[in-house]
Amino acid sequence: MDRRQFLKSTTAALTIAGVGVAPWRSAQAQAGPIKIGLLAPLTGVVASGGKEMVEGVQFYLDQVKSEMAGRKVELVIEDDASNPDTALQKARRLVEQGNCHMLIGNLLANTGLAVANYVKGTGTPYFIPIIAADDLTQRRRIKNVIRVAGYSASEFTHPLGDWALKQGYKKIATISQDYTFGHEQCGGLAQVFTEGGGEIVQQFWHPLNTADFSPYLGQLADLKIDAIFAMETGADATRFIQQYASFGLKAKTPLLAAMNGTDQSVIRTLGEECEGIISPAHFAEGSDNPVTQKFAKEYEAKYGKIPSLYGFSMYSGVMWIDAALKKMGGKVEDREAFIDTVLKTELDGSPLGKAVKLDAYGNPIYDVYIRKVAKRADGKFWNVPVTTYPNVSQFWKYDPETYLKQPSYSRTFQGIKKG
Amino acid sequence: MSIFQLLNGLTFAALLFVVASGFTLIFGLLRIVNLAHGALYLFGGYIGYAIALKTGSFVLGGIGAMAAIAAIGFVLDQGLLHFVRGHELRQVLLTLGFAFVLNDLALVIWGGDSFTVPIPQMLRGGLRVFGVFYPTYRLFVLVTGIVVFAALWLLLNHTRLGALIRAGVDDAEMVEASGVNIRRVFLVTFLLGSALAGLGGLMGGAFLSLYPSADAEILVFSLAVVIIGGRGSLVGVGVGSLLVGLLNTLGQVMFPELAYFVIFGPMAVLLAFRPLGLFGRAA
Amino acid sequence: MTMPRTPKPSRLAGMNGRAALIAATIGVAAAALPLVLSNYQVGLATEVLIFGILAMSIDILAGFAGRTSLGHGAIFGVSTYVVVYATAHAGVPPAAAFAAGVLAATLVAAIFGLLAVRTSGVYFLLLTLALGMIVWGICLRWTQVTGGENGMRGDVRPALLLTNTAFYWAVLAGAAVVTFAMWRFVRSPFGLTLRGIRDSESRMRSLGYNVPLHLFIGFTVSAFFAGVAGAMYAMFNNFVSPSTVALAQSVEGVLMMIAGGVGTLFGAFVGAAAIIALENVVSAYTERWQMVLGITFILIMIFAPEGIIGKLRAILTRKVR
Repeated sequence: MDRRQFLKSTTAALTIAGVGVAPWRSAQAQAGPIKIGLLAPLTGVVASGGKEMVEGVQFYLDQVKSEMAGRKVELVIEDDASNPDTALQKARRLVEQGNCHMLIGNLLANTGLAVANYVKGTGTPYFIPIIAADDLTQRRRIKNVIRVAGYSASEFTHPLGDWALKQGYKKIATISQDYTFGHEQCGGLAQVFTEGGGEIVQQFWHPLNTADFSPYLGQLADLKIDAIFAMETGADATRFIQQYASFGLKAKTPLLAAMNGTDQSVIRTLGEECEGIISPAHFAEGSDNPVTQKFAKEYEAKYGKIPSLYGFSMYSGVMWIDAALKKMGGKVEDREAFIDTVLKTELDGSPLGKAVKLDAYGNPIYDVYIRKVAKRADGKFWNVPVTTYPNVSQFWKYDPETYLKQPSYSRTFQGIKKG
Repeated sequence: MSIFQLLNGLTFAALLFVVASGFTLIFGLLRIVNLAHGALYLFGGYIGYAIALKTGSFVLGGIGAMAAIAAIGFVLDQGLLHFVRGHELRQVLLTLGFAFVLNDLALVIWGGDSFTVPIPQMLRGGLRVFGVFYPTYRLFVLVTGIVVFAALWLLLNHTRLGALIRAGVDDAEMVEASGVNIRRVFLVTFLLGSALAGLGGLMGGAFLSLYPSADAEILVFSLAVVIIGGRGSLVGVGVGSLLVGLLNTLGQVMFPELAYFVIFGPMAVLLAFRPLGLFGRAA
Repeated sequence: MTMPRTPKPSRLAGMNGRAALIAATIGVAAAALPLVLSNYQVGLATEVLIFGILAMSIDILAGFAGRTSLGHGAIFGVSTYVVVYATAHAGVPPAAAFAAGVLAATLVAAIFGLLAVRTSGVYFLLLTLALGMIVWGICLRWTQVTGGENGMRGDVRPALLLTNTAFYWAVLAGAAVVTFAMWRFVRSPFGLTLRGIRDSESRMRSLGYNVPLHLFIGFTVSAFFAGVAGAMYAMFNNFVSPSTVALAQSVEGVLMMIAGGVGTLFGAFVGAAAIIALENVVSAYTERWQMVLGITFILIMIFAPEGIIGKLRAILTRKVR
């Protein structure tokens, strides 16, 4: 029996012994603090989002005075530099050197996927409130990778497709960043929209960080379409919205965006060109729900900006962990139990102002807003709900098992039903 | 390719020209591959943005960006590159280290949000040219590119400084031997090249926006322009910018999956036959 | 004519004896490292070895043929990509995938070499940089195969080497073999010819040497070793994405080589250790690690261009005098 095999069977034996062993282990370790390793891009392309991730976590920890279930919480922050190789190295450091009980964070899908692949081997609980890759809670699920307070990429574009049909749109073109996150968001919209009788006229895929959108805008302007769906994040979103307006398309064709496209992190630096853009999301900072309002106001008072998706998601993610730890008396050392408890925990204190729970695949079920960018009284822009789709899961109205039999959305599979 | 896409390619080429001409001036005369050029572009954009926002003047933003980046260029050249004259590899890596510092400094000062330089009222909106509706600002970029080309051409061909620069590109030692203070010519060229990066930053910042890593993207395009055009040749930069600008548009429209390959593929083929670029001469 | 002198046999034997002793000592010390290091540090040490090989492969060209490549990171990454793809998507066993990765890197480099050997100096830098960009562009955009921005993940590492320590020992053994091979290569008659080309291309040409051919072979051999490092990296990370083939990777390799000392070959490991340690220590204490790194670059270029080994050597000789 080699060493690995030995470790495996020992762990198995301990797990079977379960009840008897766990209290002893946690009693011994409970003296120390709960160590949370936070991975966020503090430098590189998405540095501003990373900063807000840290703010979101710290905002929550300040509110609970860095204490969860009676134990001190120690937060270790590492910069993943928006680079998967670095993310991997930092994850190793947090787990192997820092002895963190859990990891949370990462913003870019590639950094998240790299870390997910790593923790698959170590078994460390890894929470991803922002990493949205569908298959992490669908076809390639890893038990210890949990999407607390996050969402899967196509979860919100399914209802957006339905909403577009209800607006009477018949023809839509999509433009998207050419990577999984984009493929999945577009796929969600394309499938629901075409199954309801709509037509996807054309789909444009461009590399991340496209300096100049004019070639695409030129082609979009020539199409006979009722609306455009744009899946853009970060600086691409800023540029797209801005160039969309400057080429005069804003006056001609309505723009539907992915939630990241009109997130505060993007529209914060924009002017009137962002007004009126439609996007679907679980969170709307301009919602009149009192809990949401309270959160947004306090956050703004503390950090001087309206909270973005990043700040909100990390805040809620940590809150979720706290809620789970409270339920199990802070015994974070018992990983199996910890993971199971998190999966079963229903979060009701989040800034959404309503209870959220995970589906059987570890992905949250939300009331999804269709939001519109509007001008606030003080001249700043924010997202205000137009309609709500209640209880939307990552599988929309499909049967999970049937849905999982179709391939993952990709550039070649968009779920488009030929009319 | 439609008129519309042609204009897209041309306006992008005009911006590339402004940025890459600064690069090639420095590369041609001082033999320095300045990998901080992209960072100078981005930093210039940020400074121009800050000034334009504060004063409400696009022109002041441009002047401020050029002056500030020239000053930073002065520090880079006199304060740092001074110590490694004549060592190509050390120069290249030193400029890269400098780029790291500048970029991180920008992150500290402005955070990582994307900014767009506010453009003056008269350049907003669109015009109808050759039967298509086209943003006024982008046409302005095109015109600026042409003006910068003309100004540089006059400078190089009709002034004493220009004659010295041209002679220096071919043989710096010879110029020095003839009693000219070549160091001063070097310095002026370096400042001019840097200022052009700053100007480019402001111009680009108004339609391509400013964000971390914008420096690397513009640097890659500039490198392609200079490699295609050849070291130290103004005409070379012009032709290189046009090629890269148009290929970029063409690639995105016709072969989206090969967008990068469409630019770099022809460049590699060209290099196989003309290692020094279209207009480059052996040093 | 000054052909390199052949040392007398006895002296050669003596040299070899001493060198072997030193090598053996270092080898044993390196092999014992996991006994004193934490698990995480063993991972770092593995990274040092892998990047040391990359830096050393760059040194073959830079230190011995006078051509500094800014495209070796891309060649390294081609191997990483092929290994991950072969194991994760094509079901090839690890050893075969490893070989395929190295082969692919060597082939890509052969194409690079054909284009690049006609240039020298700054042009060589620029050209290799541009060629590296093409590789990066393809990895980023050829989404169906490379996974695009998201990259590819898989269980690349063979089951036998799953623990950090086992993998470290395997990489150490590989590094020892590769280092010995490179050392022999630069001291071979072929290596001496490369040095001749570095010192005076025109003289070697007039002596009847086929300079481009020698450079081409030199480039390809160097790339072979970069490919070995890249394949190891695939097994180290079980993951690959475009940042592995990005310019930053090439630059990092060159920096490690310079930090160690150009033309010192073994200095590459010292340089790799210094840079990796710096990145790790600094990033643990400040968010501004990029600035610190940039300033370090600048200081090295100004004050210690001969690298750590070179600087030590200079100080020692000064003392002796």
